[in-house]
Amino acid sequence: MQQTFPRLLLEHARQRPDAPALREKVYGIWQSLSWSDLALLVRRLACGLAHAGLRRGDHVVVVGENRPRLYASMLAVQSLGGIPVPLYQDAVAAEYRFPITNAEVGFAIVEDQEQVDKMLEVRTECPALGRIWFDDPRGLRNYAEPGLDSLDALIAAGKAHDESNSRLFDGEVESCRPQDVASMFFTSGTTGNPKGVVHTHATLLDRASAGARFDNLGPQEEVLAYLPPAWIGQNIFSYAQWLACGYVVNCPESSSTVTIDLKEIGPTYYFAPPRVFEGLLTSVTIRMEDAGAIKRGLFEHFMALARRVGPALMDGKPVGLLDRLHYGLGNLCIFGPLRNTLGLNRVRVAYTAGEAIGPDLFTFYRSIGINLKQLYGSTETAVFVCLQPDHEVKADTVGVPIEGVEIKVADNGEILVRSPGLLKEYYKNPTATAEVLTTDGWYHTGDAGFLDAGGHLKIIDRAKDVGRIVGGPNDGAMFAPKYVENKLKFFPFVKEAVAFGDRREKVCAFVNIDVEAVGNWAERRNLPYAGYTDLAGKKEVLDLVRECVEKVNADLATDRMLAGSQISRFLVLHKELDADDGEMTRTRKVKRGFINDKYQVLVDAMYGGRTEQFIETAVKFEDGRTGSVSATLKIVDAKTLPAVSGKAA
Amino acid sequence: MADKKIGDVILDVRNISLRFGGVKALTDISFDVREHEIRAIIGPNGAGKSSMLNCINGVYTPQEGTITFRGQTFDHMNSRQVAEMGVARTFQNLALFKGMNVIDNIMSGRNLKMKTNLFQQAIRWGAAQREEEEHRAFVEKIIDFLEIQAFRKTPVGRLPYGLQKRVDLGRALAMEPQVLLLDEPMAGMNVEEKQDMCRFVLDVNDEFGTTIVLIEHDMGVVMDISDRVVVLDYGKKIGDGAPEQVRANPEVVAAYLGTSH
Repeated sequence: MQQTFPRLLLEHARQRPDAPALREKVYGIWQSLSWSDLALLVRRLACGLAHAGLRRGDHVVVVGENRPRLYASMLAVQSLGGIPVPLYQDAVAAEYRFPITNAEVGFAIVEDQEQVDKMLEVRTECPALGRIWFDDPRGLRNYAEPGLDSLDALIAAGKAHDESNSRLFDGEVESCRPQDVASMFFTSGTTGNPKGVVHTHATLLDRASAGARFDNLGPQEEVLAYLPPAWIGQNIFSYAQWLACGYVVNCPESSSTVTIDLKEIGPTYYFAPPRVFEGLLTSVTIRMEDAGAIKRGLFEHFMALARRVGPALMDGKPVGLLDRLHYGLGNLCIFGPLRNTLGLNRVRVAYTAGEAIGPDLFTFYRSIGINLKQLYGSTETAVFVCLQPDHEVKADTVGVPIEGVEIKVADNGEILVRSPGLLKEYYKNPTATAEVLTTDGWYHTGDAGFLDAGGHLKIIDRAKDVGRIVGGPNDGAMFAPKYVENKLKFFPFVKEAVAFGDRREKVCAFVNIDVEAVGNWAERRNLPYAGYTDLAGKKEVLDLVRECVEKVNADLATDRMLAGSQISRFLVLHKELDADDGEMTRTRKVKRGFINDKYQVLVDAMYGGRTEQFIETAVKFEDGRTGSVSATLKIVDAKTLPAVSGKAA
Repeated sequence: MADKKIGDVILDVRNISLRFGGVKALTDISFDVREHEIRAIIGPNGAGKSSMLNCINGVYTPQEGTITFRGQTFDHMNSRQVAEMGVARTFQNLALFKGMNVIDNIMSGRNLKMKTNLFQQAIRWGAAQREEEEHRAFVEKIIDFLEIQAFRKTPVGRLPYGLQKRVDLGRALAMEPQVLLLDEPMAGMNVEEKQDMCRFVLDVNDEFGTTIVLIEHDMGVVMDISDRVVVLDYGKKIGDGAPEQVRANPEVVAAYLGTSH
């Protein structure tokens, strides 16, 4: 079955014209847009864009939260053979310059005044950006910029153009081929300029359908679209699979109402990066700590039971009758209401991906009866490479290769993938394309890992980050920074961590505390603090973090391969690592090299044996202003343990 | 920003004096407010700013002077009458119903617009139900406008201060006022909350054309958003004009910064 996105839209509109396609909460009430309404909207938008001069192969930037009319705009662009380029809505204007220049973008469709302001700022350097349309007119009435107009105006123009050229839309949709480019996603990239990942209708739809078949997704699913649309994960789950399956995508009212909307919608198919699940669990834990003794006792009793039998029940393994009854009771008074409060009561399949998820966190959700699974993929592979089948879920693997995927582990441990969903190329970057895509169709993921005995893929780290300890007692031991950092981040008190150790004699780390969790902890101990920097410098907090580090060390000591990666010294940074300061990507991955250079003085102090170091750092606020934070940071020594079993590899 | 259409004088305050026993709160104050403008009243602590607002609002009755609103002249105002004429206000120390949720608090601002009586509303049938739905829809527009969708059902007492201020503004907006009196809308807020509030004040003025009279301490805010400024000190008017004029006025500088005698 070879399809394109616009054809799928028209097919849904023909087969189920009145079924809801999108829902959005307007003035407090959920309003649905049926497939036929959507098809008409897309038709008008497309005719409006054609009238404005959009040609086949042109790139159109789309920036905003998940809004039905922005989704319709992407479909409209694709109907004309254009290529929508979604960009992160929370990026600062300067970050748009590269993609807009690189893809020679002439048209932008954005959500509101905030985005319009950024586009106008970018336009001073990218004069080709001639037309900008906005969805929400609020605050824009007095803007008299040339080429700026509302989506309503575009729709009206499209309606008029459609009346005089009634064959135009259908003809354009007909001439779209599956091999045409459908979308371009700029990967945030932890180094250098972002790269435009080019995907065709065929690559995206092939993976979307393969994923849907794997979990038997159908038109009855409900999905909440709340992650940035510029991220391929969001695009696959609420755009590609939406059109492939024809289910309902619900757009939250605003980013601050997501938890409320989640509860109201009760999605059946849910996707979130680990940090979202972590945030949910943290809020539950904090509220339980504030609850009365009886409630807390009940919660602890049943959670202990859930940890014991919940995962087994979820995996379909045999469980004793008494335990079953006991769990049923727990389901009635604790797990059910808890799932309902989290908005995950109706979830049939939930996925997490993007980074490693802590085993405790993962088990928590599974034990209360949420079918949370992991998957492996990236922008370049159109997400779906490996998925965990029901009943075969483990915390430390990412599942089995699904239909169409071949996996091979290179000699250096790097994982290679071949599938029909691989990127066509990096836009205007043949060198980068050649680096990752071999002529016989293998994609180099850049991840180091292996397939375990059961055929499940296990990821250790980014291949290029895996290093060696040089000198000292652990000379030659393998060092996997991300593996170590993830272990640290699994503690609720640790928000971020950056480990150093490649070509050095020991491992040192920067830590960011989780201000919510540690703040709550401090309040409980009557520990006053003024803000992040103050809290991070408290002796009690440093002791708390040291305990976490030492637990990680104890855990690493049992790992034959990574016992040498134990952390000997660490410090708690005076500011939170932030994408606005370039320290992280928009998907919240730390930029290791950048941080190393920026905080060179701190790294030197850790390895130089100093016990404290003064640092002053410039910070960028969301509105573009800058300020500075300074502090004298204490460097703490942590206990390391000898490897428990055998010699370090 | 493009030119605003500032209209004729809508509110004219003439020679107002207000005394509490021997204390002169206001002495011979005169100024006017034009339609669609943002008019600020500033001054140091105890200058009489809130008293001035309370005179316009009908909470205090001045001993001397007149207030002309839309061509009608009064020697004192009556609070209910003022509200019916389309003047709404917010309070410096937040007079919200702490135990009620955000929707109900804003809904209380619709009170004057309700036509059905208590008994019809208690039964909530026919006209009363239709009316409630209309008002509720209007409240939703305000909630959307002030971006407080996430707190609809939250009791107001549980919200942070900056958001309570927003709800207070929302309740005033529910009256669909022609003139909005804001008593220190930014007091006690952090920089970010102040910026948000400024945005909302400007948006109210821009979207609904509401005339705004605001009292404010933060000179930065006043100079940025108001069209004209009145300066009070010890109950007397010491300056009146555009922000840059007022800023250059030596008496104003002296009142704010103090002088050596």
